[in-house]
Amino acid sequence: MRRAEVTTLTLLVAAIAGVGAGGASAVAGVGSALGATAAGAVALVFVRNRFRSWRYLERDEDLIVTRGVLFRRLSVVPYGRMQFVDVTAGPVERSFGLATVKLHTAAASTDARIPGLEGDEAGRLRDRLSALGEARAQGL
Amino acid sequence: MTPHAPDAPWQRLHPLSPVVRLGRVVVPLLVLVAVSSPRGGGSDASLVVEDVALVVVAVVVGVVQWLVTRWRIEGATLRIETGLLRRDSRQLPVARIQAVDVIRPFAARVLGLAELRIRLAGSGAAKGRLAYLAEPVAQDLRARLLAAHHGLDMATPEPPELPITAVPAGRLVGSVVLSAPTLVSVALAVAVVAAASVSRAVAVGLGGALVAYLIGRARMAWRRVAEQYGFTVGHAPDGIRIRRGLLSTVAETIPVRRVQAVRRIEPLLWRPLGWCRLEVELAGSAGGDQGTRAGTVTRALLPVGFDAEARVLTRGILGIEGVPLSPPPPRARLKAPFSYHFLGAGHGQDVAVGVTGRVCKVTCWVPLDKIQSVRRVQGPLQRRLGLATVHVDAAGRRVRAQFRDRSATEASRLLEELAGQARQARRARPESLDFGAGRGAPPPPGAALHGTGPERARRGLDPQD
Repeated sequence: MRRAEVTTLTLLVAAIAGVGAGGASAVAGVGSALGATAAGAVALVFVRNRFRSWRYLERDEDLIVTRGVLFRRLSVVPYGRMQFVDVTAGPVERSFGLATVKLHTAAASTDARIPGLEGDEAGRLRDRLSALGEARAQGL
Repeated sequence: MTPHAPDAPWQRLHPLSPVVRLGRVVVPLLVLVAVSSPRGGGSDASLVVEDVALVVVAVVVGVVQWLVTRWRIEGATLRIETGLLRRDSRQLPVARIQAVDVIRPFAARVLGLAELRIRLAGSGAAKGRLAYLAEPVAQDLRARLLAAHHGLDMATPEPPELPITAVPAGRLVGSVVLSAPTLVSVALAVAVVAAASVSRAVAVGLGGALVAYLIGRARMAWRRVAEQYGFTVGHAPDGIRIRRGLLSTVAETIPVRRVQAVRRIEPLLWRPLGWCRLEVELAGSAGGDQGTRAGTVTRALLPVGFDAEARVLTRGILGIEGVPLSPPPPRARLKAPFSYHFLGAGHGQDVAVGVTGRVCKVTCWVPLDKIQSVRRVQGPLQRRLGLATVHVDAAGRRVRAQFRDRSATEASRLLEELAGQARQARRARPESLDFGAGRGAPPPPGAALHGTGPERARRGLDPQD
């Protein structure tokens, strides 16, 4: 399985948040600074786990996407069922050169989102998915 | 592929259709006028002028609308053009039809008119509307569209219909009475009586709430009875035929292959009587013209009926006798103490079934070739217990069969198995945008889908006994 490339993003965000929180609370006291650091560390672990849970696997006939730490989800989406592929990049994502690929099927509950892909990989995945989707397209 | 008839000449809607449309507009308008007139300071004469002006405007709009709307069949598409300033031309490819309805509102029924509504996947109801046509024209057009949908010559006469079942009025009324809101009303009434012995003011307040609730409830009940009155389900080679309605009648035709999922609902109060409700999900959104998201429309297949009737219908649509269901492991009781008694799921060669519900038992069938995606979800408690839920999604919102709280290993195995079987099912019944026959009887090998004459090509489900 390939891992989504988001470590840089999450690590940086966590570090900035930790530094920022530490700086702000140093005025109030060392205790709160330590607390903020601890919270930052917890957040870091949380974010790291969350990041690790995002994985995807391209198979011959379908795409597998997993996510979630507490609630673990694994979706299997056949290429033929794909209605369209979305590539979005928010401002934060864009500043790190990342993008999110989302697959839509006719079922609203299909939940196949791959966040934090590098721009090139997102483009490659999008092209591959749409090519495969077209080749195996199925009516409703 | 399609019987290419020379393009028919343009046709208009029935000249009386503005009258029916106006009937709908004029009545609220008159009410509005009647309500506003006592308050208006003007003299009677000016009010009358206003009224007349309003009616004239409405009439002109109606007539212009009729003048600019026309339709015709071009090869394998139905084309509808409308609009005066903003011309709107719609092409409805018959191969993509999801359902064809003939709707007759009361006013139209009196005048012998009917509305034809053609539903395509992902389109709003407004898109394929022809309101109104003379009744025989509407029937004929429906037959032609459905014939073309199944890849036949459009002139093929409408195949005969085999009645499956009907819902007597008494049972329908009983089903409306025996519902959760009735329990609420009874509870409220008891509360009123109890409160009356304590304090008059509270009793009056509660009584008011009860009356308001009852009025709303009665309207809903009336609507349900009026909509589902005289419900008959029949089965024809071109699809399931449903007729219903008290004042305005609706005749629906649902091509069997277009069914995304079948749901069977057994509420608590109905269970002692052995009643259940059957619904089907079809692609195409219920309203609005949002194009990107494919929604589904829920159609009652049987508003209230007995187990045997429901069985015949599900067998007719899914083409299977029954799928053995298995309950989740006993430790799932800890996770789902209130629904464990109903939980069960299974899958066969063609279909996946999941049973859920705490008080109201809901069984959902999803044909394997309609599966959009398969998901495995595991919450924290489920992980501790070694359980997982597998969702089998079909097109639409929250349309899915759930394998709730299966053991984790079974869930992983199911995921692979269902994904693989769905793939095979799609291959076995390649449903491209081409024409297809009924699900129950796959075409005999070698038989072309078209040009084999009406008898052979118009096959579909085997008649149910």
